[in-house]
Order: sequence, then C-alpha cells, then structure tokens
Amino acid sequence: MTDKSWPLWEVFIRTRNGLAHRHVGSVHAVDATMALHAARDTYTRRGEGLSVWVVPSASITASDPADKDMMFEPTATKIYRHPTFYEIPDEVGHM
Amino acid sequence: MTDTPLLHYTLRLADTALILGHRLSEWVGHSPVIEEDLAFGNMGLDLIGQARSLYSYAGEIEGKGRDEDALAYLRDAGDYRNILLVEQPNGDFATTMVRQLLYAAFAHPYFETLTHSSDATLAAVAAKAAKEMAYHLRHSAEWTIRLGDGTDESHARAQAAVDELWPYTGEMFECDEIERALVEAGVAVDPATLRARWDKTISEVLSEATLSRPDNGYMQSGGRVGRHSEHLGHILSELQFLQRAYPGATW
Repeated sequence: MTDKSWPLWEVFIRTRNGLAHRHVGSVHAVDATMALHAARDTYTRRGEGLSVWVVPSASITASDPADKDMMFEPTATKIYRHPTFYEIPDEVGHM
Repeated sequence: MTDTPLLHYTLRLADTALILGHRLSEWVGHSPVIEEDLAFGNMGLDLIGQARSLYSYAGEIEGKGRDEDALAYLRDAGDYRNILLVEQPNGDFATTMVRQLLYAAFAHPYFETLTHSSDATLAAVAAKAAKEMAYHLRHSAEWTIRLGDGTDESHARAQAAVDELWPYTGEMFECDEIERALVEAGVAVDPATLRARWDKTISEVLSEATLSRPDNGYMQSGGRVGRHSEHLGHILSELQFLQRAYPGATW
C-alpha cells in the first residue's frame, strides 16, 4: 500500500422501520465491506441501528459554501411556502 | 453439588471467553486506526459479557457463594480452564486477527449447536453468543483475506500468524470424560461434530487469502485441565491486580 490513508466513507443509519436513513458521521476503511464493518462498530454500539449504508465520501457532490447566498438566500423572503396559513379543522386531529 | 462436570464445563467456557476478551481489550488505545480500536473493544465486550453470564451460572452450580467476580478475580492460573489458543499473545495485528478467526470459526457453530442444550441457562447464553461470534467470524475472516491477499509484508505476517497459532487449534476439538458425560446427557456439544465445518470455513478463508494451510502436526493441549503456557500468569497479574492488591475494593 503506497497510499497510507484509507478512503473516507459517509455513514447513514436507519434507526427504525419507516424512518429514512440519516447521516451520522464518517469512517475510514479500505473498501466497502470493511466500511460497513467500521460503521457498525463505530456508530451502532448503543442499539441505534436497523440498517446501515456507507457511501464513498468522494461520490458526494456538495454545494459550494461560497454559493450560499445564491443557493439559499432567495427562499428567506417566501414565508408563504411554509404551511402555516391554513386553518385546520379540529376534527382532522393531528397531522 | 460442588465439583461437578457441569461446573467444570461452564468454567471452561467462561474462562475461554474471559481470557480472549481480555486479550482483545489490550488493543484498546493501540490499534492502527480508531475504527479497529472500537471493533476490538466491541468484540472484547461481547466475550466478557459471555464470561459474566457463565461465571454467574458457575457460581450457582457450585453453591458456595462465589459470584462472577470471585471466579474471575480470585482464582489462580492453575484453576483456569481456558483453551491455550486464547491466551497466546496478541503479537501483531495479523496474529490477533488470525487467532480470532481460528476461534470464531469454531465458537460460532459451537454456540449455535449449544442453543439446543438440555440445560436452559447454557442454551440461553449460547443463543446470544452465537450471534456475537457470527460477527467475530465475519470480521476476522474479511481481515485475514485482506492481509493475506494484501502486500508482501501483510501476507508474510498473516502466514506467520497462521503457522504459529495452528498447533493450538487441536485443543478446541478435544472431548474428555468430563464433557463426554455431558454430551451424552444432551447438555454439552461434542466438538468433534464441528470439525468438518471448521475445516471448511478455515480452508475457504485461507484459500481466498492466498495463505497456505499448515499440516496438522503436534497439537498443544492442557489448558482445559489447568496446564497453561507462561502467558496466562501475566494476563492474570494484570486482570486480577486490583482485587489482589485491594481485596474487596469497590467503586
């Protein structure tokens, strides 16, 4: 092994049936199989998981922090997109 | 109901689990990467958990008021009944992984079979242990494959580990008079029945790892009747230090 640092993997865990996998952190591992082991050993020690995904960190395309105004600022003034302007009849109950 | 075959048998299982668990705990803080530090810690705690349940049961069988702590911390090396394989030094990373593979490939089917024991407590301990050992087997097998089929150095180290530890594998399959009676009563597992499965598992892993399987030559034996290598005394001097130096200490 000429490159001594192992690839980085992002870890996603689903804690219960019906929930989505959530990002919990990352691990270093030589390949996908060992990344799954490392994720299990690092992030499911307290009964957190029913299912684990690992994804090569290099496969994630991320937004550029410098673009944050362009990407996210325009939504700040569009409060009507939040579903807070509806009257919900009591009979509907919890939504 | 003191010095029974069932007590001997339970202590053999408990001691083997405790000593291997302690060996793995020695890696904590020293592993090459934090992920493996946690893996060793997790596997060590699985084994120590198995040992605790088995010691508590042994204390009940013995009926002299000794609890799990008394059995773990206040017995001398000659009273320990673990197999010699698990007291062998950690050596390098490959040695520890290969040792784990050789044991887990045995312990996984062993505990699976022990779930059918006529002894309800042993069957319950085995049900939990079987799942734990399944992961130990998978983890150590995957590592052995990568070390064996890795660089020249990792291959050489893995092969040296296999060659060095091989003479300690025969003891796992021994069945003396103490256990024979329990096997016939449906309490214990006859380890000879697991030989073919262990051979197959190990051969497949070693073959994929491009490691050669040693011939079955002279096999070391004696741990299960209290004849240990010098290593066990050193393990116990550390494991038992606190209770020996400060009897009854609690915190």
